[in-house]
Amino acid sequence: MRIAVASGKGGTGKTTVATNLAWLAARQGRSVAYLDCDVEEPNGHIFLEPAIHDRVSVCEPVPQVDVQKCNGCGQCGEICQYSAIVCIGEKVLVYPDLCHACGGCSRVCPEDAITEFPHEIGVVESGHSGDVQFVSGALHVGKARAVPVVKAVKSRAPLADVTIFDAPPGTSCPVVEAVRGSDFVILVTEPTPFGLHDLKLTVEVMHVLKLPCGVVINRANLSESDVRSFCRLQGIPILGEIPDDRRIAEAYSRGRMICEALPEYQDTFEGLLGAIEQQAVAQVG
Amino acid sequence: MKIAVTSQGPDLDSAVDPRFGRARYFIVVDTESGDATAHSNEQNLAAAQGAGIQAGRTVIGLGVAAVVTGNVGPKAFATLLAGKVAVYTGAEGSVREAVEQFKAGRLRAAEGANVEGHWV
Repeated sequence: MRIAVASGKGGTGKTTVATNLAWLAARQGRSVAYLDCDVEEPNGHIFLEPAIHDRVSVCEPVPQVDVQKCNGCGQCGEICQYSAIVCIGEKVLVYPDLCHACGGCSRVCPEDAITEFPHEIGVVESGHSGDVQFVSGALHVGKARAVPVVKAVKSRAPLADVTIFDAPPGTSCPVVEAVRGSDFVILVTEPTPFGLHDLKLTVEVMHVLKLPCGVVINRANLSESDVRSFCRLQGIPILGEIPDDRRIAEAYSRGRMICEALPEYQDTFEGLLGAIEQQAVAQVG
Repeated sequence: MKIAVTSQGPDLDSAVDPRFGRARYFIVVDTESGDATAHSNEQNLAAAQGAGIQAGRTVIGLGVAAVVTGNVGPKAFATLLAGKVAVYTGAEGSVREAVEQFKAGRLRAAEGANVEGHWV
């Protein structure tokens, strides 16, 4: 079963939910993989403290121009939608940061002067944390395209009964890539106007992608109740609630797993896992 | 000599736009005759990225020898350099004043970008 954890708003507790579910499922004796797809700010490793045994580079092909062959026709610059390659007079300039690796420039070049070379944009690390198999991607600072790194993380997913995808915040392409292909999506939110606003956007994305989803309300005893009425109106199940407990914040700030630091919360995450499995079967079947 | 001054409005009394890639207008001024024409840069204002490169192509196409602006980033500078357009940064006040500063030699030719790109 593939479970993605997404949120819309950042800082609602995606990683807290994802890492604790992974830890708990492993403790129940199941084979578990945790994949950190939040490649612009991966932080699952802080809590799972994995031993890393494999590190691979993620590269994208970017053009390189043979100035001897180039006739300065400018067709490469005309096809590029991102100004990653431009022809000024007889000179061709390449900006690898802007390249989306479509290969258009090398195709249209009549002189066959453009060759593509790998350009590293990030890395993927694999390892294990106890019985949890761990994979995490990191986009290099200054690089703009997260999707290829998310894809690389997912392509290295080990075989497991339960695979948890920790998605990035927001609703843009990296999130779509992270949740795509999962059996069920957990949307972690908080009962605040911001939490609700971004939850609505994320629910729309899940509808477009036709992915079954349910909501986890974190810091649930904050007063706002609009999240609950939104879920009721939309027919989205509330899978569980995590209270606004200062001790959770303290454990988190020390990089500790809630289930370990505060064992009384193991029931909460067990309940959550049960609710997810029930919903996944109900909504898909 | 024709120069392009980045401007927040369409005439010589408009304030210099300190940005190059996302300047609202380029005012092309003939420093001998004083003739001036305004060229909108609207299509670049909302560009997600590559605004400096496209703006560079625009001013190269306008046939100017120099750009007078507030700041220029690395990609815009590389583009202008390839097009053999000199870059003068640190211009302030109105476009008319910037032209005077340029003519009086008070602006220094940039040898590289003076700000980071906005994307990186």
